[in-house]
Amino acid sequence: MRRLAAGGAIDRTRPLGFIWEGRKLSGFAGDTIASALLANGIGVIGRSFKYHRPRGVYGAWTEEPNAIVDVALGARHDPNARASLVPLEAGMVVGGVNAWPNVRRDALGLIDLFHRFIPAGFYYKTFKSPSWGAFETRIRAMAGLGVMRPEPDRLLYDTRHVETDVLVVGGGAAGVAAARAAASAGLGVMLADDRAAWGGVLQAEGGVIDGMEAAAWAAAAVGEMRGATLLGRTTVFGAYDHNAFGLLEQRRDAAGGWAEERVWLVRARQVVLAAGAIERPLVFPGNDRPGIMSAAAVLQYVRHYAVLPGREVVIATNNDTAYATAAALVAAGASVTVADARPEAPGRDGLRVRAGCVPVGTGGRHGVKWVDLALRDALSNRERVRCDLLAISGGWSPSVHLHSQAGGTLRWDDAAAAFLPGVAREGWHLAGAVTGPVGLGAALGQGHAAGVAAAAALGRVVHVAPPETPARAVEAPIGAMWFVDVADRRQWIDFQNDVTLGDVALAARENYASVEHLKRYTTLGMANDQGKTSNINGIAALAAMTGRAIGEVGTTTFRPPYVPVSLGALAGMRHGRLFAPIREVPAAADHLANGAVMREYGGWRRPAAYLRIGETVAAAIAREAASVRQGVGLFDGSSLGKIEVAGPDAAAFLNVMFYNEVANLKVGRLRYCLMLRETGVVFDDGVVARLAAERYLLSPSSSHTEGVLAMLRAWQQTEFPAMRVVFHDVTAAWATFAVSGPRAGVLVGRLSSDIDIGDGALPHMAVAEGVIEGLPGRIARVSFTGERGYEISVPARHGAAMWRHLLGLGEDVTLYGIEALSVLRAEKGFILIGTDTDGMTLPADLGITAPLRNKAVDFVGKRSLLTPDALRADRRQFVGVLPEDPGFVPAVGSHAMVDGRSVGWVTTSCHSPALGRSIGLGMIEGGRGRIGETMEIFHLGKTSRAVIGEACHFDRAGERLHG
Amino acid sequence: MRYSALSLVRQGLAGQTGWPQAWRSPSPRSVYDAVIVGGGGHGLATAYYLAKNHPRRRIAVLEKGWLGGGNTGRNTTIVRSNYFFPESAAIYDFALRLYEGLSQDLDYNIMLSQRGILMMGHSEHDMELMTRSVNAMLLNGIDVELLDAAQVRAEVPLLNFEPGARYEIHGGFTQRRGGIARHDAVAWGYARAASALGVDIIQGCEVTGFDIVDGRVAGVRTGLGRIAAGSVGLCAAGHSGVLAGMAGFTLPIQSYALQAMVSEPVKPVLDTVVMSAATGMYVSQSDKGELVFGAGLDLYPSYAQRGNLPVERDVIAGMLEMFPAFRRLKLLRAWAGLVDVCWDYSPIIGPAPVGGMYLNCGWGTGGFKAIPAGGWMLAHLLATGRHHPISAPFDLGRFTSGRLIDEAAGAGIAH
Amino acid sequence: MLRLPCPYCGERDEPEFRFAGEPAVRPGSDVGDAVWAAYLYMRSNEKGPHREVWSHAGGCGQFFLLERDTVSHAVLRALRPGEAS
Ligand SMILES: Cc1cc2nc3c(=O)[nH]c(=O)nc-3n(C[C@H](O)[C@H](O)[C@H](O)COP(=O)(O)OP(=O)(O)OC[C@H]3O[C@@H](n4cnc5c(N)ncnc54)[C@H](O)[C@@H]3O)c2cc1C
Ligand SMILES: [Zn+2]
Repeated sequence: MRRLAAGGAIDRTRPLGFIWEGRKLSGFAGDTIASALLANGIGVIGRSFKYHRPRGVYGAWTEEPNAIVDVALGARHDPNARASLVPLEAGMVVGGVNAWPNVRRDALGLIDLFHRFIPAGFYYKTFKSPSWGAFETRIRAMAGLGVMRPEPDRLLYDTRHVETDVLVVGGGAAGVAAARAAASAGLGVMLADDRAAWGGVLQAEGGVIDGMEAAAWAAAAVGEMRGATLLGRTTVFGAYDHNAFGLLEQRRDAAGGWAEERVWLVRARQVVLAAGAIERPLVFPGNDRPGIMSAAAVLQYVRHYAVLPGREVVIATNNDTAYATAAALVAAGASVTVADARPEAPGRDGLRVRAGCVPVGTGGRHGVKWVDLALRDALSNRERVRCDLLAISGGWSPSVHLHSQAGGTLRWDDAAAAFLPGVAREGWHLAGAVTGPVGLGAALGQGHAAGVAAAAALGRVVHVAPPETPARAVEAPIGAMWFVDVADRRQWIDFQNDVTLGDVALAARENYASVEHLKRYTTLGMANDQGKTSNINGIAALAAMTGRAIGEVGTTTFRPPYVPVSLGALAGMRHGRLFAPIREVPAAADHLANGAVMREYGGWRRPAAYLRIGETVAAAIAREAASVRQGVGLFDGSSLGKIEVAGPDAAAFLNVMFYNEVANLKVGRLRYCLMLRETGVVFDDGVVARLAAERYLLSPSSSHTEGVLAMLRAWQQTEFPAMRVVFHDVTAAWATFAVSGPRAGVLVGRLSSDIDIGDGALPHMAVAEGVIEGLPGRIARVSFTGERGYEISVPARHGAAMWRHLLGLGEDVTLYGIEALSVLRAEKGFILIGTDTDGMTLPADLGITAPLRNKAVDFVGKRSLLTPDALRADRRQFVGVLPEDPGFVPAVGSHAMVDGRSVGWVTTSCHSPALGRSIGLGMIEGGRGRIGETMEIFHLGKTSRAVIGEACHFDRAGERLHG
Repeated sequence: MRYSALSLVRQGLAGQTGWPQAWRSPSPRSVYDAVIVGGGGHGLATAYYLAKNHPRRRIAVLEKGWLGGGNTGRNTTIVRSNYFFPESAAIYDFALRLYEGLSQDLDYNIMLSQRGILMMGHSEHDMELMTRSVNAMLLNGIDVELLDAAQVRAEVPLLNFEPGARYEIHGGFTQRRGGIARHDAVAWGYARAASALGVDIIQGCEVTGFDIVDGRVAGVRTGLGRIAAGSVGLCAAGHSGVLAGMAGFTLPIQSYALQAMVSEPVKPVLDTVVMSAATGMYVSQSDKGELVFGAGLDLYPSYAQRGNLPVERDVIAGMLEMFPAFRRLKLLRAWAGLVDVCWDYSPIIGPAPVGGMYLNCGWGTGGFKAIPAGGWMLAHLLATGRHHPISAPFDLGRFTSGRLIDEAAGAGIAH
Repeated sequence: MLRLPCPYCGERDEPEFRFAGEPAVRPGSDVGDAVWAAYLYMRSNEKGPHREVWSHAGGCGQFFLLERDTVSHAVLRALRPGEAS
């Protein structure tokens, strides 16, 4: 065991059993999977992506490139969890990924032997013959990390939308100081940190603030903030336009939490970025073995998790921060040798420090066993030092990701050996290690100042004093070292994706010299650690190889998310019915009770057909359609759009909006009209009713109501603002039922109503308002079936009752659904927008030409009907299609063919009960001129024949409307 | 040096130190016969086919950033030719046929993976429109198959076939020759091959204006000085409008951000490209194992080339609706490209209103699949001053005549 | 995610709004094909400050003019139709 006897922030009273690769192990509450594995002495946790080299834990937090594991617990499964980020839970089943049979003995480890033949981008140079497809399957099987489970994930995720005065990103010393200051000014503060405890690196590094132990100070300061939203275990993953942020909160252990993860969408007035910095590795030959760890991570493991990852330790560094690790290791009983790349390494009591000394090689198959050290100016002079842990520190890279995502600039700073934030976005304040190497005192000062500045920007004053900490010795500057200049170029830069110094050299040699080319050619920084440890080292190496300054090479673009975020959390509750809610008609329950098969049509759930016991849908459709023609049918048309248009200029305005003339429509009358886009294309059709001189009612198709309303609004407001007209979408306010068939009048006549439905008072295409069964309502004479028809509208809340009432008016009433209606209208050759028309259909294509010839006023789309293309004689025209074989129903979407070329298609096709044969509608090039011609109809390689005819197949004279 | 397994082995023994530059990085000359603005796929392919099919010209490609850094390096790499109109089928299938031989032609593995592309239908109405499209494609000579729900399920078992799913799957259609290719490799392969034929590829060279004399282009002004050229091809995608502005004309194009995303890599779970018209989403799994997915445009014009969270969440929700098993996978990267959306969603290829200047733009969300054809057509125009028969319908003049090639309308969308 | 100022309602989040194109002056229907095509299809597509029509579709339903930088997405100003520009 490598667990220390005392110390750490783990709860030793709560041991947690878990499984690692089939073995039962145990850790404590407060452990991560990584710390628990380290405590159990597990060295090899994963394999690298390309060469399948053994890999152990490198880091302690979001930077971890190596320790990718498969974690399962109950319903939760993560195929690619990073062990350093997952809090240990009892019963977790943890395993390695991308290795067979296991990570210790991985058969594909053989690949590493051939590494010299498969450098960066080797696949661009080979696998061309016979084709990439011949190799791809095998290569795909080797790629990929974890194994996804095919079962749908059923965890719950939720979303919150909030606004805040100040968002503080990072709950370390600087962030807490900033939040504390801003909160004291009475501002709404949101403080987010991805760890469970406040204080950031204070947890491991210690120190004294305002006379308290540093981490305790942080906890106390946070506890005292009033009105703040405190989000622990919450990562700010993205900064977007206008100070919008995305935050991911892990809520597994949240009290009363039912959601696994929550995404917060935050709009902040002021932003404090105190996201700290990430330690980079040193780059040297063999720097990727298990047992080679980030020095800062080692400090975390020792202090925070009470794990001693090694007893014989070598620390290789080029900066001062690793000395804290050395001290902690010594205190924990390890023997420590420090190799400091700087010629003037600071001496420390009780430490063997070798100045000007760097690692030049390592050994050990499943864990580092030795490291070769050499003086930087005499690299061939190696000395082998035994060790079981090699802690490395190559300096620190400020976590400028969010700053950069938001459009802040960066500048390279040689002294800090880092890209430091330059100009920040408006309302942003940066504090702490994100601004460069600062000590605790400066971080606290910057944090406080950021809080003061944020408060001042919002007109507030801070009421707390800046926190104080005893002054510390000034750190010596970093001595940048980007790689070791030896012949061995197997010096890892990107651990997960196996990008080495040799790969960077190759990219440079082949002129992939832009930093973006480097990234793409070598895959540097594209693994699931997102390059947190590798980017800067890669850029520096490229700079050296191409003789440029690091600042000149520049960085790749920082893009969200800062850490990988589960897709489920990003989608939140938006799935299933909530993804796109379906609208229901008022009588929906009755339809089901009446045997309806409900289907979605244009966003509404509507009866497709009403099945009798043992009946098929097709049989029901035929029966319903036939019954309407013989007796009387009842149809729920409630989803049909209803837009009221009122005002002194309603007539004039609508006359511009519609293709057909509507200004001369008489009160109480209806007219079938087309609405065009300005491009001349038929956008919608429907019946326009004039209810009063200054009041119209439009009935757009169910799926177009919103679009029609938007179009009316747009034209009125932007083109005709002087016209006095208002619109009101009343679709949901009315339930509408169509009664259709030769006996429709008889049925409607049984309604108790003050509306005179006699043919004299209410002829075809007329409408009247009145009282129906005691309800305010409307009866219109209109027909989409070709039979005598009435449309009865009552307030929606009485819709279901009215439906039942109508049903009870006659025993011979047949309920019919959309499918039967579609057959009936096909028999009549009535178009269905979006079925018979598409985004190319002009009114003349439908044979509706009178308005263009006769209408005096300009209207939407008019000019577009006069372009050369609109006037072409060979445009597709709407016609009837009669299959030669009356028993054969061609597929909708079959094409009419001339000499193997498509000249149009079948848009509607069905069996007509009224005609006892198949009928169809279609859009055929020059179709009206082909009436009487027999054409070849093509479908999936087979052909049939059909005669082109009039679109109206049934009752051409329209006598049945009045029958 | 030819690329091959053998050369890799030889170089491996020599420590990979003998590879030449993939392309040269020369300084610009003061005069070229033809200048191509934009070092994306279309610009580089234009240069390559111009040098190869119409030799003996001095050719330069001017790229303001790094080659392949525009949409060519940001797209979701889907290639297909399953278009509705014969004009579209002709150009996209010409491109696909060139793609099929491109790795050999360029001596650069572009990793064309003809894993098929499957479009799903979610209602009987969808299936009717698909039938219409499939029949059109079959008559256009494109290899498509109509599938029923069971066939779709057999091809992609992970799809959401749960009863009561918001978007039931009624069937679909597939083009087996469709698939994906490696986008960077297409740019790099063309660059390498063009450079080898003598084309000067000048990176970091932004065109800031044109010299126009008597309505004819005489040269370009750049950040690196003036360059004289009597023929200029514009291949600037999202920046086409900016260049048109410099030359004094407008285009029926608006620039939008289009986002794409990848998940972390997992072992193979999806063997074909899947698209859904209902949610607009499309997804494939890269050879590396990442899910690569995207959907519609961002909702307002932009030159910012960065993503927008609401649209990102829509796209993700749309994909999870189709693939509920993907919920636990994590989003690894999200980014945006700057696409030139033409009014009718078809490209503009042909002479610009300025003499000697030729357009290749308006590819919008779908021009990666067309790179070889776009390059070939523009090269033909630059060399001859006339349309290739395949590019003629895509002339800018179609907006005046009204003869648009509106694929969305062809798919039944009225807009 | 943008934060846009509706001239009637004040600042609201992007999902409440809908982009409705560039402002255009509608020619009469007696113009030639080229003029009509320019009105229908041609776009200034400005990089930088850009004049746009938006509607507060999920709010008051009003259309307004917005000047927005298409590179930084900064909002420069919002005007009611007819307001001095
Ligand atoms: C997220 C996303 C997903 C996509 N998915 C697909 C897909 O799956 N399938 C598909 O077929 N298509 C897809 N596309 C579309 C496809 O990427 C583009 O249509 C195609 O890459 C365009 O190529 P191009 O060479 O014209 O443009 P680009 O590659 O953008 O090249 C244009 C170049 O011009 C340069 N330039 C601009 N202005 C100047 C100037 N003034 N001077 C010099 N240089 C200049 C730019 O820097 C740029 O490099 C997608 C696009 C995006 C953004
Ligand atoms: Zn408003």
